Amino acid sequence: MSFNVPSKIEAEINELITHYPQKRSASVMVLHALQDHFGHISPEAMEWTAAKLGLQPINVYELVTFYPMFHQELIGKFHLKVCRTLSCMLGGSFKLHEHLCGKLGLDPHKHGPQTTPDGKFTVEFVECLASCGTAPVMMCNEEFYEGVTTKKAEEIVARCK
Amino acid sequence: MPQEYRLILKHLDQPGYTPDLDCYLRHGGYEALKKALALKPATTADGKTLTAPEQLRREVSLSGLRGRGGAGFSCGMKWNFVDRRSGKPIYLICNADESEPGTFKDRQIIYKDPHQLLEGLIISSYANDVHLAYIYIRGEMHEGARILNRAIREAKTKGLLGQNILGSGYDLELHVHRGAGAYICGEETGLIESLEGKRAYPRIKPPYFPAVLGLYQCPTIVNNVETLCHVKHIVAMGGAEYAKLGTPNNTGTRIVSLSGHVRKPGYYETEVGKVTLGELIFHEGFGGGLREGRTLKAVIPGGSSAKVLKAGERFKIKKRGPDGRDVEQQVEMLDLPYDFDSLAAAGTMSGSSAIIVMDDTTDIVAALANISEFYAHESCGQCTPCREGSLWMAKALRRLTHGEGRAQDADYLAKIADNIPGGRTICAFGEACSWPVQSFVAKFKDEFVAKGAADEAKRAGSGVAATPEMKIAASPQL
Repeated sequence: MSFNVPSKIEAEINELITHYPQKRSASVMVLHALQDHFGHISPEAMEWTAAKLGLQPINVYELVTFYPMFHQELIGKFHLKVCRTLSCMLGGSFKLHEHLCGKLGLDPHKHGPQTTPDGKFTVEFVECLASCGTAPVMMCNEEFYEGVTTKKAEEIVARCK
Repeated sequence: MPQEYRLILKHLDQPGYTPDLDCYLRHGGYEALKKALALKPATTADGKTLTAPEQLRREVSLSGLRGRGGAGFSCGMKWNFVDRRSGKPIYLICNADESEPGTFKDRQIIYKDPHQLLEGLIISSYANDVHLAYIYIRGEMHEGARILNRAIREAKTKGLLGQNILGSGYDLELHVHRGAGAYICGEETGLIESLEGKRAYPRIKPPYFPAVLGLYQCPTIVNNVETLCHVKHIVAMGGAEYAKLGTPNNTGTRIVSLSGHVRKPGYYETEVGKVTLGELIFHEGFGGGLREGRTLKAVIPGGSSAKVLKAGERFKIKKRGPDGRDVEQQVEMLDLPYDFDSLAAAGTMSGSSAIIVMDDTTDIVAALANISEFYAHESCGQCTPCREGSLWMAKALRRLTHGEGRAQDADYLAKIADNIPGGRTICAFGEACSWPVQSFVAKFKDEFVAKGAADEAKRAGSGVAATPEMKIAASPQL
């Protein structure tokens, strides 16, 4: 099994572990660091995390399957998360989601995250992003966008290079 | 005339106000911390000597501060419950996992005025003999976590955090911990489990009251972002002075998140109970009313788990008259003072102070379907009534919004919702997922029945039999 964590990331992870009196507490932060680097959480990443923190792989696996932000499959280079919840729905997020899916050749009625065949975009409906006053909102990777009209969404997509 | 009272939000939207330490110091930042750390042991009128932390806790009790996260529990009492004799360390966790649909107030503080949160947190930690604290922030707030980490580094450089804070001999370590998208982490014992590196399964109480058996089985305080900011102002102005803001038992100010069908959605800080629900929605200084030609249909007054209020509903609430006696009054829902007690008296809650306004164009069945879909997604799955019930409700609502409903679905929904809350689940998520269903169905029953009946009639016309096992569209699309 070859799973190489770059030394810079490992140093970062070692530092994170010092934040807690018990190593296990760092699990979610370690998984964030690995996902940020590798793009997803592979079985090897889970085993590596478990070994690092002195846990069984199941202790890590049960986190990956519980927390919605972790994904085991590779996703697109640009992850578009559209808020699905009430205030955004009242503000037109379903129209926005449908428009984005249409634009990228995806099915707006399909459940869960969907990725374009070229692996460039993933579109996902997510739950409340806590910015209900500027609905509808969406994220593109770590960037956050408010008051997203269909025109604005197209501009965001066009900037994804 | 109703108006904003900006205590927490005083500076953060001023032109040129930035989230860095220098700017915060220029605006009188960390003066309350200096004041707190300079307190000397004092003797009270009855001859007891109070240490500095005890004096700070007394001020918070005097202020009447109630938690701004959702439950509205007395902050002073929460702190007094802490087991200080166990010999174990006491931890403080700032709950920055803002995720109740409709709520976006903590985001403003974290992104625009992080040092205000740090100051409140450091004072609160000092007041409770805490030496290790965490800020548990939503995973989706990437930038927020970076801003907080930067603020922590700045504070450390200036000796405001870390070892021997401002030469007082007091040490505090503070770390930012990111969540990963689970709503249940907002529940304080779920949050603690999550911070221990486990699934965020809420713990059963008793025995796991955080004040006694919290993080690593040690006494732990979990406070909301806004609550901790209020502590800073309580120390700055004194508990008794703070208690003059707002109304009795509903003291201080509060940031209201206003969203949905209003002309000016946004966040507004008011003295608690000095402004009515209707003023917040319609007044020019706040929501500015509905859009042209629309009328009000319903309001969710305290985040999506609060029971919905129907336009025109009337309530009997007790109000203190000028002679000091309680008088029962009939109040229209828009005239309800926006505070903890009045909304509780109207059978709902101010929760996380998030108001979602729905006008007459809203499909009320679709709105509830959206809310229920959220809870079905977010139930942690520990307790059967909640895990199964939240899914059943979402499923019934999905068929009602996909042309596959039945007239009896309204009663079916009510029956499920009535069987989830009331001590059948470990945490209050059971209540949170069933209150919207109970209230929407009870108050707008005709719409639910009509929709189901229309679907049935359509199927009868097309010769398709109505069976409970009808094909349900896989998508949550409404």
